[in-house]
Amino acid sequence: MSSNQTPPTPAHYVAPLEETPLVAVDAVKVGERPSNLWIDAWRDMRRRPMFWISSAIILLVVLVALFPGLFTQVPPNDDCQLSNSNGAPTAEHILGFTKQGCDVFSRIIHGTSTSLTVGIIVTILTSVLGIVFGMFAGYYGGWLDSVLSRAGDIFFSIPYILAAVVIMSVFSAYRNVFVIALAIGIFAWPATARVLRAEILRVKNSDYVMASQALGVSRFRILIRHVLPNSIAPVIVVTTISLGAAIVAEATLSFLGVGLPNSTMSWGNDISAAQTDLRTAPQTLIYPSIALSITVLSFIMLGEVVRDALDPKARAQR
Amino acid sequence: MSDRNTTSPQTASTAASGAQKPLLEIKDLQVGFQTTGGIVPAVRGVDLTLMPGQTLAIVGESGSGKSTTAHAIINLLPGPGRITGGSIVFDGQELSSFSEKQMEEVRGSQIGFVPQDPMSNLNPVWSIGFQVEETIRANGVATGRKEVRAHAIQVLKEAGLADADKRLKQFPHQFSGGMRQRVLIGIGLSARPKLLIADEPTSALDVTVQRRILDHLDIGTAVLFITHDLGLAAERAEQLVVMYKGKIVEAGPSKEILQNPVHPYTQRLVAAAPSLASRRIQSATLASPTHHLSDLDYAPTKVTEGLDLIAAAEERIEHQPKVKRPDAIVVKDLTKVYKIRGQGKGAAGSLTAADNVNFSVEKGTTTALVGESGSGKSTVAKMILRLEDPTSGSIMIDGQDVAPLKGKPLLDLRRRMQPVFQDPYGSLDPLRNIGNTIAEPLSTHKVGDRASRKARVLELLDQVALPQALITRYPNELSGGQRQRVAIARALALKPDIVVLDEAVSALDVLVQAQILKLLADLQAELELTYLFITHDLAVVRVIADNVCVMQNGKIVEAATTDDVFDNPQEQYTKELLNAIPGAGITLGV
Amino acid sequence: MAGYIFRRILQAVPVLLGTTFLIYFMVFAMPGDPLLALFGDKTPNPALLERLRAEYHLDQPFIVQYFLYLGGILRGDFGTSFSGEPVSAILARTFPVTIRLAIMALFIEFVGGVLIGLVSGLRKGKLFDASALVVSLIFISLPIFVIAFVGQFIFGIQLGWARTTVSSGAPIQDLILPAFVLASITFAQIVRLTRSSVIETQSLDFVRTAYGKGLTRRRIIPVHILRNSLIPVVTYAATDFGVLLVGATVTEGIFNVPGVGRTLYQAIIRGEGPTVVSFVTVMVLIYLVVNLVVDLLYGLLDPRIRYVK
Repeated sequence: MSSNQTPPTPAHYVAPLEETPLVAVDAVKVGERPSNLWIDAWRDMRRRPMFWISSAIILLVVLVALFPGLFTQVPPNDDCQLSNSNGAPTAEHILGFTKQGCDVFSRIIHGTSTSLTVGIIVTILTSVLGIVFGMFAGYYGGWLDSVLSRAGDIFFSIPYILAAVVIMSVFSAYRNVFVIALAIGIFAWPATARVLRAEILRVKNSDYVMASQALGVSRFRILIRHVLPNSIAPVIVVTTISLGAAIVAEATLSFLGVGLPNSTMSWGNDISAAQTDLRTAPQTLIYPSIALSITVLSFIMLGEVVRDALDPKARAQR
Repeated sequence: MSDRNTTSPQTASTAASGAQKPLLEIKDLQVGFQTTGGIVPAVRGVDLTLMPGQTLAIVGESGSGKSTTAHAIINLLPGPGRITGGSIVFDGQELSSFSEKQMEEVRGSQIGFVPQDPMSNLNPVWSIGFQVEETIRANGVATGRKEVRAHAIQVLKEAGLADADKRLKQFPHQFSGGMRQRVLIGIGLSARPKLLIADEPTSALDVTVQRRILDHLDIGTAVLFITHDLGLAAERAEQLVVMYKGKIVEAGPSKEILQNPVHPYTQRLVAAAPSLASRRIQSATLASPTHHLSDLDYAPTKVTEGLDLIAAAEERIEHQPKVKRPDAIVVKDLTKVYKIRGQGKGAAGSLTAADNVNFSVEKGTTTALVGESGSGKSTVAKMILRLEDPTSGSIMIDGQDVAPLKGKPLLDLRRRMQPVFQDPYGSLDPLRNIGNTIAEPLSTHKVGDRASRKARVLELLDQVALPQALITRYPNELSGGQRQRVAIARALALKPDIVVLDEAVSALDVLVQAQILKLLADLQAELELTYLFITHDLAVVRVIADNVCVMQNGKIVEAATTDDVFDNPQEQYTKELLNAIPGAGITLGV
Repeated sequence: MAGYIFRRILQAVPVLLGTTFLIYFMVFAMPGDPLLALFGDKTPNPALLERLRAEYHLDQPFIVQYFLYLGGILRGDFGTSFSGEPVSAILARTFPVTIRLAIMALFIEFVGGVLIGLVSGLRKGKLFDASALVVSLIFISLPIFVIAFVGQFIFGIQLGWARTTVSSGAPIQDLILPAFVLASITFAQIVRLTRSSVIETQSLDFVRTAYGKGLTRRRIIPVHILRNSLIPVVTYAATDFGVLLVGATVTEGIFNVPGVGRTLYQAIIRGEGPTVVSFVTVMVLIYLVVNLVVDLLYGLLDPRIRYVK
């Protein structure tokens, strides 16, 4: 890149040393507190109001589910009078009455545990199945991966609510919380498995995995000690969000009439029963819907906060 | 900043070039990045002047502000970055006050831009032709489909893409890195700009490709060349600006700065640059008939202490005992063939990554395995480490064939031989603290109890010059160099005889690299380690290795002592590699 | 590209076999009389039972049953409905309505979702972005039937802008409200996905290089940012088509749209098990075909997929 003009003889500029004093090369700065992904994520979440709001709502929902008696003294079923059918709110019955003349508020309170139980069982089921399938498929690869991934593809190709509709139709004689959770969970796990598999594929090629291998650490131990802990973060996000989705699924099935029997108190059943009275008594439909939506919203919100905290890329997008 | 005396860089060169007006004149440029904690300065008062047709190089380590300065000129700063002060006058226009719209007029047509990483700078979803043609159209160089196409082919040919007309319809992923960089250079120069900003245009490429590509930049346009390699800067630019922590520490004619660096920071850079060190050793050994590095009698100054590659090399040679010792590693006819899925309907092919490789490493010495990407050097390293199984051939460690080893004997072998890998950000498990990471070899091999392991970890931290307080800390608090130190400590935990260093210093800044090379040399002298040093950088080899094996396409093309390879290369490929070390033809004092 | 299409179709075959087998297995391999189980607490008349027994070849061993059933599917025979009408005939009648509704919904969610997501991503952190994020989060949390009822209540009953139920011919103007309801579920996801994709693409090196080349922002946004951001959005849309199918069932049921979804909805509500199974199979097949089409589209969108294995 020589120029064809006569080279000038410019002066040689040197900055005074005090302007940019030299510091030691690659000096170690030991911070005040240790930090890694989880510690940083916790520090990040702690500062976000969304985290506290959604956690508080979830805590409240859990309390309501465990101790409904703390929140209402009105019995949800025993005190129903048809004379109150679709009645307006009163001082003791703050949200009014259902078609059967039952207290709307009390039914919402007592229906909470159903939704939450289904959500939790489905989540445990999908996490266990998803982690086992995703972990072995991603880490061991080869034919095992082909078999497990194809199986996942097949389950993934049947939308899980449709599959649950079929299962619930077949098991119409055994409709209870566990059967419905099983029906949803058995087809919902491939999403978790895919997320974990992709993450494990990324992590297992890290140099630290190779370094442990060269040390003589066994393959399974590397999976448990290094690969899985570094791949689990996105699974936690998916799991939190899917808890909300499972609650929606249960409500949808109950709404379609293939969920829980009418004798079981659930938000989906109440919404389903109220749909014909949308014109005359919207409160019987609106209030359980609000309870359902707020619960689901808080799980999804918590999932989003956790995602933001765990994924530096998501954090940058705020 | 404003009260600069006559030695300030811009007045100096303006005065020298007489009546000619500068093409680019930057005065007291300040650039900051907006963060939640306020504005963090990245460039703190930079002045520089570039004359038409001239090449000026900005040299510095990562974080020095060199790229930020270049991006600020045409306002390509990322989101939170903005110019907070100073002026940028280009061809009589004050660029720092330009609106986005005015800047669009300047970019491409008046100032061209060649980015750093060819892999990420072309849009993967558009064809090469599309991306060149849209540049030509946007800058109004040509109109009409045929004319634009013809022009696109022409600029690509000028950038060294001979079969451009046939390849316009292809997509970036069908091009090699070197090809893509040629396309980017073609795009940058397509509108015949008066100034080209080249931001580390070849640092992601193999050295031999790098050299050929840089020749295409030499077309009479003024070039602002950003690089971390002092040797490359001096070879390609007549003017040099050294940046450190957002400021210029030294500026002037390249050769003068290289031969007579005044600022202590520049002195450090000169002492630590492998390309310069290998050139200097070369000229010194050629001049002296004894041909011994130890006769150089070179003493580092106080500021370059611990960073001086020549001094480190000298010291290393001094510690080498002159008696012949048994071989630690003997590799015989080693071959590795990978089956690959071919293009199209299931046609299976194969790739010979290592082809009849033979070499041996004497105990307590360093053998470098040198080659460009795809040469098979890392495959050989992985086979020696028993992370991959050879297709054929044998590997003997201390006279023992490693192939049949399983279970306990394999575990014992692993204890004697440890690796350090390239990527400092991937070499440590981010969720395990430094203490546990270094102790993992000890717990895996059930060495000692809890207390003795902790004592050993503390000892190792001392050995690699890291504070003991790090024992409870996590890798994300450490820099790349510090992580490599931890990786070295982990490798040394079991007191191995052999350490395989797979590009262990390649990703580091020069000063940190020099520090780690010095550490490796010290550890070798202290612990009598045998190193197998895998690298693409022949310059580094000059200062660290006793023997060199040059690999190309899976084969060893030349193997000899380092002195022989450098002084008397036999193979054309070795000569090419040697020539590609930047800084040829620059006379340097020792 | 031809090789890519061929491979994709080949890969879809085992999934097709697997899904149909799985559905069939769930229904007919259970202990006890599968037909009686399907009717739940209802007692079907013996004549109907006999007819269904013959139709499903229940006298044959299970695996033979399955292959006879699969053969039927491949010939377009999905069995007969409760009323005795062939399912294929019902499909021929209801499919056009559902397609009309689906196209309207897809148009709303894609054009609207991508547009809002794009603006949101480009104006990250501004008021528009913040409100889009909050509103989309709320929509994601609302079950489809709640959205449908709220839509019915506000636009149908309170404002009187739309009919709460669709009239028999399913004219376009009646389908507007159901289409919006159907679109709303995935709409919010598309907004969020487009937004994050746009933000990510914007920070990529080739976008900076595009500015460096002298291109204007007006060109870079559609050609380099939006074009690349669409790839993950399209992938998402394919996997979430299942949600849309369930949504169509519920929406068509609530708004009484005479489409495939309503037929399934009514079969479920009335507990007509065999019809439910037939229509779920149909929907799964639609889902498979849509996924295959999107896979092929993906090849068009991303040349890296097209050329490498």
